[in-house]
Amino acid sequence: MTSLDTQTLTYLFVGVSFALYIGIAIWSRAGSTNEFYVAGGGVHPIANGMATAADWMSAASFISMAGIISFLGYDGAVYLMGWTGGYVLLAMLLAPYLRKFGEFTVPDFIGTRYYSNAARVVAVVSLIVISFTYVAGQMRGVGIVFSHFLDIPINWGVVVGMAVVFMYAVLGGMKGITYTQVAQYCVLIFAYLVPAIFISMLITGIPIPQIGLGAVVNDGSGIPVLQRLDDTLQALGFAPYTNGSKATIDVFAITLALMIGTAGLPHVIVRFFTVPKVRDARISAGYALLFIALLYTTAPAVGAFARLNFVDTVHGKLYSELADWFKNWERVGLVAWLDKNSDGKVQYAPGVPFAGKPTFDEELTGPFGQRTVINAPSKTANEVYIDRDIMVLANPEIATLPPWVIALVAAGSLAAALSTAAGLLLVISTSVSHDLLKKTLARGITDKQELMYARLAAAAAIGVAGYLGINPPGFVAQVVAFAFGLAAASLFPAIVMGIFSLRMNKEGAIAGMISGLAFTFAYIVYFKFVAPELNTAANWWFGISPEGIGALGAAINFTVAWTVAILTRAPSAETIALIEDIRLPRGVSTPHTH
Amino acid sequence: MNVSNPDKSLTSAANYWRANLRLVGSLLAVWFVVSFGFGILLLDWMNQYRFFGFKLGFWWAQQGAIFIFVILIFVYARAMRKLDAKFGVEDDD
Repeated sequence: MTSLDTQTLTYLFVGVSFALYIGIAIWSRAGSTNEFYVAGGGVHPIANGMATAADWMSAASFISMAGIISFLGYDGAVYLMGWTGGYVLLAMLLAPYLRKFGEFTVPDFIGTRYYSNAARVVAVVSLIVISFTYVAGQMRGVGIVFSHFLDIPINWGVVVGMAVVFMYAVLGGMKGITYTQVAQYCVLIFAYLVPAIFISMLITGIPIPQIGLGAVVNDGSGIPVLQRLDDTLQALGFAPYTNGSKATIDVFAITLALMIGTAGLPHVIVRFFTVPKVRDARISAGYALLFIALLYTTAPAVGAFARLNFVDTVHGKLYSELADWFKNWERVGLVAWLDKNSDGKVQYAPGVPFAGKPTFDEELTGPFGQRTVINAPSKTANEVYIDRDIMVLANPEIATLPPWVIALVAAGSLAAALSTAAGLLLVISTSVSHDLLKKTLARGITDKQELMYARLAAAAAIGVAGYLGINPPGFVAQVVAFAFGLAAASLFPAIVMGIFSLRMNKEGAIAGMISGLAFTFAYIVYFKFVAPELNTAANWWFGISPEGIGALGAAINFTVAWTVAILTRAPSAETIALIEDIRLPRGVSTPHTH
Repeated sequence: MNVSNPDKSLTSAANYWRANLRLVGSLLAVWFVVSFGFGILLLDWMNQYRFFGFKLGFWWAQQGAIFIFVILIFVYARAMRKLDAKFGVEDDD
């Protein structure tokens, strides 16, 4: 980050990748609502798989996940399994049938299947809440990457990101987004794998991280990496890396909530509307997960290697002799050192070194040249503050990789954040122009007008997302659980019952969605905002944390929906015929205007 | 997927749907066992075994389950194509 070389290379890589995305956007701009909403329904399943993977893997997957795993150890499995297992549900329970249904949006399906505009509106509201929660974090991620790698203030970074997304989302719609996401997938996976391969080579001598994670450390000791990590951490007083610390029921509930939440996320589901045939929707989910699994099976290796490397290069070392990366990231406040015992050496131990993020006294340089932390020290022996994100961001520097790898990581992080933001913005604009206007409020509008409204809605959504990125509401980081919990408790059960049950009716579906949503929302709000001091396992229902409560919310949705459906009128013969039709692949059509 | 004993009173669409449910049911059983079973509920028991340098339960939770998920979807897509063809409901025009 310091040398001109790295800086120049980073500008070059980011510039070239942005030029590529904009070029693709101009080449593939949309001319009709059909192209704007579902890319004309003609995307090859492999291309759609890549686009889905880029759509799905956000700044959080790219930048934060390996870092989170490296500090959680075994418990990180909730994210690894939770964010991949949902594709199995998506492939077998949703995607082929929704493709056969052949409309543009998720609320479209719910509104038609449950013959109700009320159901459609409930679905639109869920979709907008879920998507905005998610997109604010993406724009913030774009800003952070710009500020770290290019020394551009975060707010300008957000503005540049908005401008790029505007270009291809507003011009190109789904068509532009799809082909841009294919390019973004290639950039991001290359950028993720290259440093992972280097660091695996460094620690184990084996270039494949998934194998390296199970191999022995390269220092002649013959001890496996994970054993060595367990031993090292235990010697410092931490729990062993490979053991869990969360309760089994909570691990179970979080994994399940993330899986069904993933399968219920509208921006992921809608990607399967873009392929030509039902069988393409099935196989495309397989490709999507294959491309996702490349990163998701690499992340735990990166997490473990980075933690080991971090401890080895920092703990017990004199600050004055620490490698440059520590000081580089100390400058931006992602690591900090508070020399509690004034011995000039860095001690790493369990617990936080001080409360909150570090604040520095800019006037005063410490006796060893460190930035002076003015937070009150905690009682623990730990002297090191670490932002988890640096496990990916600083990895190339920790492993002393060449500058072009660092530049690549910058371009990859941006690809991950922009592709997800674009996908989310598209489903927001589609649900406004198609479901709220065309299907509910302004039924008479022409295809041309609808397309114009879709573009306007996309532009407005980008504006709102940018605003949220620049002025992040303090709660953004705390409410990731919202997006998954709400998707799990509202959309997923309604769609699945709509396909697999002939008896499920309008009353049941609406009652189910509303009770699932209300319960999940109330539980998360209570423990995150109303009474955060009570947010401990002792007070949780059945020991399930707010992150995992979507699983229970989904169960409530199913139960209420069934009870209400049995007590009310069965759906009409027309609806039954619709369900029987979507169950058979034959006669699939491309979504059309009507 | 064994539909060798079809109920004559049911239409072929109903049989197709039953075969589909049976397939999905068995694949989802595998999905559940490798992730929630091996990786979570049976973690401690699995962890007494070693798989290269991994504890086995840890490997299932952070690697193995994901590989199986990918395989499951491809198996499903292939089996469904066969099923579509068998019942003559494939979407080829």
